[in-house]
Amino acid sequence: MPDLGKYAGAILTSWAATILLVALVIAVSWWQSARVKKKLEAAEARRKGA
Amino acid sequence: MIALLIRDLRLSVRAGGGFGLGLAFFLIVTVLVPFGVGPEAEILGRIAPGILWVGALLACLLSLDRIFQLDFEDGSLDLLATAPLPMEGAVVMKAVAHWLVTGLPLTLAAPVFGGLMSMPAGGAWWMFVTLLIGTPALSMIGAFGAALTVGLKRGGLLLSLLVLPLYVPTLIFGAEAAARGIGGFDASTPLLMVAGITAGSIALLPFAAAAALRINLR
Amino acid sequence: MDNVRTKQARDGWNWLWAWANPVKFMALSGKALPWVIGLTILTLAVGLIWGFFFTPEAVNFGSSVKIIYVHVPSAMMAINIWVMMLVASLIWLIRRHHVSALAAKAAALVGVVMTIIALLTGAIWGEPMWGTYWAWDPRLTSFLVLFLFYLGYMALWAAIEDPDTAADLTSVLAIVGSVFALLSRYAVNFWNQGLHQGASLSLDKEENVSDVYWQPLVICLTGFVLLFIALLLVRTRTEVRKRRIHALEMRERMSDA
Repeated sequence: MPDLGKYAGAILTSWAATILLVALVIAVSWWQSARVKKKLEAAEARRKGA
Repeated sequence: MIALLIRDLRLSVRAGGGFGLGLAFFLIVTVLVPFGVGPEAEILGRIAPGILWVGALLACLLSLDRIFQLDFEDGSLDLLATAPLPMEGAVVMKAVAHWLVTGLPLTLAAPVFGGLMSMPAGGAWWMFVTLLIGTPALSMIGAFGAALTVGLKRGGLLLSLLVLPLYVPTLIFGAEAAARGIGGFDASTPLLMVAGITAGSIALLPFAAAAALRINLR
Repeated sequence: MDNVRTKQARDGWNWLWAWANPVKFMALSGKALPWVIGLTILTLAVGLIWGFFFTPEAVNFGSSVKIIYVHVPSAMMAINIWVMMLVASLIWLIRRHHVSALAAKAAALVGVVMTIIALLTGAIWGEPMWGTYWAWDPRLTSFLVLFLFYLGYMALWAAIEDPDTAADLTSVLAIVGSVFALLSRYAVNFWNQGLHQGASLSLDKEENVSDVYWQPLVICLTGFVLLFIALLLVRTRTEVRKRRIHALEMRERMSDA
């Protein structure tokens, strides 16, 4: 850990905010992707079954 | 084209709503601001051009969804689309009609309402000039927004969200020109910019709006 | 003769237009995705760790200069993603490639988040540097306006049910919006240098950033670009699948009736 001096708070909050938000988009994209993939598989199966 | 304009004007006057409503809204905004800010003439006089511009902009926004909505619902928009008049022309006429019933009354009222805001002498003239140049752009941009959202059931709120960011440059230059003019500075640059935005909007946006209408009528 | 040349010219770009076919897009992006993700993680890890741990303090900024490694890349991406959406919208309107429209839709959320990050880190950085979280500095203001444009664009996508109509209308909005966003940029510049003197805060540090800071910054910028591409691929794939589900459901309903 480098010595951040008096700016430690600002640096850490901005980095934390960035990482949090980026993680959030990744999570949302991932979750949507998984959900839609499952739904599509179900739809394709239905089509083949019918 | 003229017939369409006259028809639109007659409809909006007869339907009541739009015509007086925008003006009343504008008056209420102008009255409410001193209640919020306080009655000091000095402060009010300084913020007056900005408040009047924002008020006019919001009043303009109020009646935008009526530009195409009614015609879309009763099917006369489909007739317009198949009429020999190009859609772009119809859009311009609609915007002109909207300006005549909203923008023009606002422009005429603003100098009077400026008195309520203890605007310094000469301010009335500047409000009149900047609004006269700027409000056509507001109507035209609004017509574009209305064309985008015409097919939607509850487009009103979305329309505001779409149109307000588009109003930013007009508002900035318009209010700046008024503030500079009243303050006795050289206002020619922002005034030219407002005129440029208005001219550009009227020249180009009808094509975008007509394209949006065609998509919505498909 | 002319025909031959255009045919050849088109063949030269075939590698690109192959991505426009949904089936080929799914195949190609599926193959490319693991590589893009791997590269993203690598560059971001190198750039961020270098920037955080191994950069010295700057003369004027002290250690707060480290914020540059999240602030500048996100700000850059916020603008670039809008430009990418504009290009994708134009491709959709001109060549009617569905993937292009879906890519523009998929990019919007990433763009919003990048704008928020840029504004947020800027505010946090501004507090110790300028003594205020927010100033109506031209750059800050234009980012706020850009944020509003993103919101409007996404709201329009969400509001329209028919996917092709939504793609068309959002594309028109993206084009008109770009013109007005650019206008706002100049308006805002003018506005805060006009009567109100004094707010001459400049965020422009690129000019005097020395190599010590520049090298990791470039790696971070690359990392953010790669991150966007990876997210874009994942999100566009989701949109393509959604469209496929939509088509299948329509077919089911047709056969039921």
